[in-house]
Amino acid sequence: MGSKFPFIERVLHNRFVRQLLASALDLVPIVVVILFFQILVIQQPIPEAGRFVAGMLLVVLGLTFFMQGLKLGLFPLGESMAHAFVRKGSLFWILVFAFALGFGATVAEPALIAVADEAARIAADDGAITASVEARKSYALGLRLTVATAVGFALIVSTIRIIRGWPLPYVIVGGYAGVGIMTIFAPPEIIGIAYDSGGVTTSTITVPLVTALGVGLSSSIPGRNPVSDGFGLLALAALMSMIFVMGYGIFA
Amino acid sequence: MNEWLHEFGNILLETLRAVSPIIGLLVLFQLLVIRKPLPHPGRILVGFLYVLLGVALFLVGLKMALFPIGDLMAQQLTAPDFLGIEPDPDRVHWYNYIWVYLFAGCIGFAAAMAEPTLIAVAVKVSEVSAGSIRALPLRLAVALGVGGGLALGTFRIVTGAPLYTYILTGYAIVAIQTVFAPKVIAGLAYDAGNVASSTVTVPIVTALGLGLAAAVPGRNPLLDGFGLIAFTCLIPIINVLGYGQIAMWLSRRNQAANND
Repeated sequence: MGSKFPFIERVLHNRFVRQLLASALDLVPIVVVILFFQILVIQQPIPEAGRFVAGMLLVVLGLTFFMQGLKLGLFPLGESMAHAFVRKGSLFWILVFAFALGFGATVAEPALIAVADEAARIAADDGAITASVEARKSYALGLRLTVATAVGFALIVSTIRIIRGWPLPYVIVGGYAGVGIMTIFAPPEIIGIAYDSGGVTTSTITVPLVTALGVGLSSSIPGRNPVSDGFGLLALAALMSMIFVMGYGIFA
Repeated sequence: MNEWLHEFGNILLETLRAVSPIIGLLVLFQLLVIRKPLPHPGRILVGFLYVLLGVALFLVGLKMALFPIGDLMAQQLTAPDFLGIEPDPDRVHWYNYIWVYLFAGCIGFAAAMAEPTLIAVAVKVSEVSAGSIRALPLRLAVALGVGGGLALGTFRIVTGAPLYTYILTGYAIVAIQTVFAPKVIAGLAYDAGNVASSTVTVPIVTALGLGLAAAVPGRNPLLDGFGLIAFTCLIPIINVLGYGQIAMWLSRRNQAANND
């Protein structure tokens, strides 16, 4: 035991340090852009420079832990669960899991909560709903549940697509057509929010899990290729939220 | 230091609350449906804790360093004094806002390069494609798309054209590209924009959009301030499909050259 430990520790240490350097490199562009515009274009000093430096160091550290954690935990977990579902061979439970994952990941998403509140404010200003606090709250909650249902539904469709081997481009281009048709009928105030709702539902936790689900499913079903079949789940989720939110704008 | 710890604790709790439905779901399905022990449960638990800690540190850092200065710069760059424009809605000229487009393009590119979700997916792709799709060029293609999309989106806010004309045209371009691009990259391309519009990009983009729509005479922040995310989701798709086409074309030309 004693002779093994220093070796393992050194490997871990090295990996951590390498990840730390990689994370620091990832943040170089944003620091350069900020310094360039603030100092050369706007010609103002950086306010609270010490805080800026400390914050950036925390970002580097956070990114490092996040990437290490993904490789250790989130990616293997998502993939091993997808493998286990395929081995179990129950389509019903895979679909229930896919829906629950999409719904659960989206309904508590902070970015979505912010957008839903904003949308409720617009609807109230517009006179589409009464301006009372309760009416706004129920409108925002309705919108969040709509987006969460859309994402869950999209993951069901994507799971069936991977299992049946439907070509992905047909599904996505079909989704584009759906967005185009809904845009004609949706009230103009909701369109900007609907289009944005597709992008805000992809948090740092959801993206790795959904990616692992797609890659895990398509690598454990014979005849599927994880690169060409395992992606596209997030894209369909975004399109589905856009369609559902415009539908919400029409009917709510 | 105390204030910092307090904020860190709050954000850690917030992150925990946002992921608790997912954790509950994973545990429930693992115990009740799959009913088989996980390989390396200890390592997965440590990984989960690392992810939580990483996200919380990342958010605290962003709130300390990036978001205040991002907001400030969006305000300064869109201030009429800085741009030297008159507050007259009939005289909105798109070329008065060149610095805004340039800033939008640069910050979009830089934010996407720092986006943890994009880094994660790029690493996964290069792993499952056995290195044939490399992580860095993919990230560059996506980040250039986010930057280009943001520049185009701010241009739209200034000119006031309807959002859907741009987005639906973009979809038509993607549909045509899909016919010609290599099949293997299509799924990845469709996901690219959504992956890149996450923790770093969304708050910066929102500040820029709302600030710009408030500053440009004749624009309504509520109607015109939204829709930038739709651009940062769309243009990366076009870029990644284009990257796939170029890569395929180059490898064919190499093969042809080798055969001669």
